[in-house]
Amino acid sequence: MIIMRKIGVVGDKDSILAFKAFGLDVFPAFAHQPEDSRKIVDRLAREDYGLIFITEQIAQTITETIDRYNKAITPAIILIPGNTGSLGVGMARIRANVEKAVGMNILD
Amino acid sequence: MAKLNVNPNRMELTKLKRRLVTAVRGHKLLKDKQDELMRRFIDLVRHNNELRKNVEAELLAAYKAFALASAIVSSEFLEEALLLPTRRVSLEVTTQNVMSVTVPKMEFKEEALLQDADIFPYGFLGTSDEADRALKTLYDILPKLLELGEVEKTCNLMTDEIEKTRRRVNALEYMTIPQLKETIKYIKMKLDENERSNLVRLIKVKTMIQA
Repeated sequence: MIIMRKIGVVGDKDSILAFKAFGLDVFPAFAHQPEDSRKIVDRLAREDYGLIFITEQIAQTITETIDRYNKAITPAIILIPGNTGSLGVGMARIRANVEKAVGMNILD
Repeated sequence: MAKLNVNPNRMELTKLKRRLVTAVRGHKLLKDKQDELMRRFIDLVRHNNELRKNVEAELLAAYKAFALASAIVSSEFLEEALLLPTRRVSLEVTTQNVMSVTVPKMEFKEEALLQDADIFPYGFLGTSDEADRALKTLYDILPKLLELGEVEKTCNLMTDEIEKTRRRVNALEYMTIPQLKETIKYIKMKLDENERSNLVRLIKVKTMIQA
């Protein structure tokens, strides 16, 4: 089963503008409007986006929405740091995964 | 360990023995599955960790370069320059089965929209060297970023499966199997006891008749 999918980037305008140059679809969102970000992510998931990059700053405000897609095969929602620096949320997610699967942290 | 609530007779005994065999076999298979899943998961998650560290560091460098570029060129101009991409990256998702976990396998197709277009969607007039550099850095990260997407999703899906398998293995190992063993033992004891009491009764009857 081969499906062509699109790739979306969600985040504040300054962080994601550059991704536009490579033909990724960018969707500006604001950290103080979680409702809007949630709508964007849900819409992308419904449409045929296979991979959604979302900046940590935005992701923090809509964690439940992101967790909801954890068990689905697509879309894969991947956190990337925003232009103000990494918040460690993405790393924390990996660590949480390891702890859930192994029962302890074996990474460091 | 509590025994199951069953009648101590031969039929139940056979049934339980059969269930025990199935449970032990299932436990062994699930245990093997869990071990293999865990082995793969650990490899994958290590890779994921490395990859994420790398990508985050490089992405931040790209952002820095980009911030520098937008400090030199006005933001409207920069936006305009990036408005019309020269290429389009799309994703081909197929599913793959790793130890009964369905994981996505992503393949990336990159196509140029114009012939002989390089990665820069703008002319060199008006934009600065910094913008070029920022775009180039970001372009180099892109494959890694996309790989991160695939790896991280796979890890995520595997985590759930590992947890589920672990619960099943534990339930079989610490609940079902001991319970079955206990109950089988109980039934055997009970049957033996019945046998003995029957024997004693016969002996008793025989002495009564002889007397």
